[in-house]
Amino acid sequence: MFRPLGNKLLSILVGLVSVLMTNAAMAEYALNLPPPVTSTAEEILTLHNLILLICLIIFVLVFSVMFYSMFAHRKSKGAKAASFHHSTTLEIVWTVIPVLILIGMAVPSTATLVRMEDTTESDMTVKVTGYQWFWQYEYLDDDVNFYSKLSTPRAQIEGREEKGENYLLEVDREVVLPIGEKIRFLFTAADVIHAWWIPQFGIKKDAIPGYITESWVRIDEPGVYTGQCAELCGKDHGFMPIVVRAVTQEEYAQWVAENQAPSDSTVSSANQGEELNAAASVATN
Amino acid sequence: MSSTAEHHHDDHHHGPAKGFMRWVTTTNHKDIGTMYLIFSLVMFMVGGFMALIVRAELFVPGLQLVDPHFFNQMTTMHALIMVFGAIMPGMVGFANWQVPLMIGAPDMALPRLNNWSFWILPFAFSLILSGLFFFGGGPASGWTLYAPLTLQGGIGVDLTIFAIHMMGISSIMGAINVIVTVFNMRAPGMTLMKMPLFVWTWVITAFLLIAVMPVFAGAVTMVLTDRHFGTAFFDPAGGGDPVLYQHIFWFFGHPEVYIMILPAFGIISQIIPTFSRKKLFGYESMVFATAGIAFLSFIVWAHHMFTVGMPLAGELYFMYATMLIAVPTGVKIFNWVSTMWRGSMTFETPMLYAIAVVFLFTIGGLSGLMLAIVPADFQYHDTYFVVAHFHYVLFSGAIMAMMGGVFYWLPKWTGHMYDERLGKWQFWLTTIFFNITFFPQHFLGLAGMPRRIPDYNLQFAEFNFMSSVGAMGLGITQLLFIYIIYKAVKGGEKATTEVWEGAEGLEWTVPSPAPYHTFETPPVVK
Repeated sequence: MFRPLGNKLLSILVGLVSVLMTNAAMAEYALNLPPPVTSTAEEILTLHNLILLICLIIFVLVFSVMFYSMFAHRKSKGAKAASFHHSTTLEIVWTVIPVLILIGMAVPSTATLVRMEDTTESDMTVKVTGYQWFWQYEYLDDDVNFYSKLSTPRAQIEGREEKGENYLLEVDREVVLPIGEKIRFLFTAADVIHAWWIPQFGIKKDAIPGYITESWVRIDEPGVYTGQCAELCGKDHGFMPIVVRAVTQEEYAQWVAENQAPSDSTVSSANQGEELNAAASVATN
Repeated sequence: MSSTAEHHHDDHHHGPAKGFMRWVTTTNHKDIGTMYLIFSLVMFMVGGFMALIVRAELFVPGLQLVDPHFFNQMTTMHALIMVFGAIMPGMVGFANWQVPLMIGAPDMALPRLNNWSFWILPFAFSLILSGLFFFGGGPASGWTLYAPLTLQGGIGVDLTIFAIHMMGISSIMGAINVIVTVFNMRAPGMTLMKMPLFVWTWVITAFLLIAVMPVFAGAVTMVLTDRHFGTAFFDPAGGGDPVLYQHIFWFFGHPEVYIMILPAFGIISQIIPTFSRKKLFGYESMVFATAGIAFLSFIVWAHHMFTVGMPLAGELYFMYATMLIAVPTGVKIFNWVSTMWRGSMTFETPMLYAIAVVFLFTIGGLSGLMLAIVPADFQYHDTYFVVAHFHYVLFSGAIMAMMGGVFYWLPKWTGHMYDERLGKWQFWLTTIFFNITFFPQHFLGLAGMPRRIPDYNLQFAEFNFMSSVGAMGLGITQLLFIYIIYKAVKGGEKATTEVWEGAEGLEWTVPSPAPYHTFETPPVVK
C-alpha cells in the first residue's frame, strides 16, 4: 500500500527539486562563505571548511550504520531481535573518540581566535557609531567624520522601479580604507545595539550603547566590500548597510586630504559615493 | 504485572463530569493532558501562521505585504508562541498523560495545582496576542527581548512581560508537580533506574524549569521597571548595562533550549525500542548523558553572545564548555543507533518520526558544534545559518518528536488506531517540506544574509524563494495532521491493550482508551 505512495512522492520531489535547482543555477548564488580578503577571513574559511568536513565524515559514518541497520534488520526480512542492551567498552570508545576530535578542533580555533583578538600595534583607528538606522564613521587619526546611509531609492524597495545589482547594499558615503594597514575599529552605538559586519573581512562586532568594543582588519586587495547590520535594531534594521571601499595608501591619503573637517557638512550632502572622484569633486566645491 | 481488571469497573461511579465545566474544574491528569496538547496544537497553528506571514514577505525581494515593524512583530511573536505556547505546553501535555501511566500512579500528585497551571496559559497567550491590537503593536524586539530595544516598544511589550510572568508560574507549578509525582508515587518495585527514559528526561527538565524560569521572570521584571519606574538596569542613558541583560537572559535561555529538547529525547527513547523490538541500548548511560547535558546547559550561556566583545579568556572558556556538549549528545545518538542495530524493525509512522528526528536533529547538532567555534561564529552569528540551525533542533528535534509521540500514544489515548496511510503521507510531506524550507537557509547565512530582515539583496533571492515555497507546503501539511487526529478521536480500528507488538511498559497494560482512572491499586513492578 505504501510503495506506490512512495514512488509518487519521490517523483514529485525530484520534479520540485529540479525546477528549483535550474532556477537557482541560472542566477548567481553562493554555497559557502564569500571569498576572503583579509587573513582573518581566510583563516576562518579554512577553519570552517575543516570543521564542516569533520562533521560530514562523522555524519556519513554514523548514518551509514543506521541506514544499513534499517535495511538489514527489518522484521519483513525475517530479522530476529538480538537481546544485547549494554556494552561498557563501546560506551567508553564513543565517549573518548569525540573528546579527541573536539580537542583537534579546539587547537586551531584557539590559535585563530588569539590572533583575531589582538588589536595592538594598529596603524590607524576608525570609530564606528551605530544609530537607528545609519552609521557614523570617525577617523580618529585623520580628522575625517561623516554619516553613511542607505542610498537605495524608495521606489526600488516598493517595486515601482527595477532593483539594481547593489540593492540594499549601497550607501550615500562609502567608508574608504587603505589596504595593507592594520586598522583598528572601535564600535559603539547611540541608541540600541547594532552589529557591524563585513563577511569578506571576517569581522562582526556588536556596537553597544555605553560600551566600546574593538576589532581589527588588514585588507589585502583593493575593492568594494559590503555588509549589513547584524543585530536587530528596530524597524529599519534591514536597511542600514555597510560599504567599504579599499584603496591603495596613496589614494587613501588623497581621499583624507579632500575629506578632512571642516568641509564635512557639504560632504554629507554628496549624492552618492559610487566613485572616489565623486566624493572628491564635491569636497572641492 | 498489573491488576487492571479489578479497578476499571469502578469507572461508572467515578467518571468525568459532563459538559464544559468538566474541563474547567477537572483535576484528572488525562483531561489536563488533553487540554495541554490541544492548546499546544492551537498555538502551533497560530505561531505557524505568523511564520507564513514572514515567509510570504520574504518570497521575493522588495517590501510587498507588511511593513518592517509588523514584520518584526511577526518574527518575535512566532518565536515566543512556538517556544512558550507550542513546545513547552505540548511537552507538559505528554508528561501529564504519560508520567502517571508509566510509573503506575493513579494521577499527578498535586491535581488542583495541575488544573491551575493549565488554565493560566490561555490567559497568558491572550495577553501576548492582544498586544497586536494596541498602539505600537506586539513585541518587536526579537524573542530574546534584548534591551535597550525592548525599552522602545509599546504597551504590547508590557503585556508580553506579564504573560511571561504568568506562563513562568504555570511552568514552575507543572515542574513541581512532575517532580513530586515521580519521587512519591511510583508503583512498588519501580526504582528510579527502572523508570522509562521519558520519565527521567522529564524529571531532569523539571529541575531545569524550576532553576531558570525565575531568572527569566527577573530579567523581564527589570525591563518593566526600566520602562516605567525610572530604574536603569539596562538603559545606558542612566548608567545601565545592556550586556547584563543578555547574560541574565541566556542564563535562562540556554537551559531553556534543553527544556524543549530533553523530553523530545525521552519520547524518541520510548519509540525506537518499541519498533526495533529490542531494549534501549545503554539505558544507564542515557540517564547520565541527560543529566550531563542538563548540567552543561548552565555553564555555556555566553556562547550566544560571542560578538558582544567578551575578553579572550571568556570566549575561550565558553567555546570549550560548549564543545563538551557534543559528547553526551553523541552518546545519545550512538545509543539510539545501537538500539536499532540487530533489532527486528518495522516502520510505522512513530518510528519514521523517531528516525527522522535522530537524523535531522544530528544535522542541527553538528551545525551547533560549528557555531561553538568562536572565530567561525563571528561569521555565522545572527545570520540565516543560525535560523537553519535552531529550526533543525527545534522543529526536526522537538516538534517532530512530539508528532511521533502523538502517533505513538494516540491509540492509547483515543482507543482507535490512526489512519496509517495518512500518517505516512503526513510524515513524508512534513519531512520533505521541512528540508526544502530550512536546508537552503544554511547557504543564505553563509553567503551573508542577516536574520530578522524583511528585505534582502537579489543574490539571496533563489534560496529565499525555495524556502518560502517549502514553508507554505509545511504549513498546509499540518492541516492533515489535525485531520488525522480528529479522525482517530471520532473512530477507526479498535486499538488493543498493547497497541504495538514490541511495546513495553505499564502504559501498555491498561486498556485502550485508557480508563478515566487507572492504577487505583498500584501495579507491582518486578
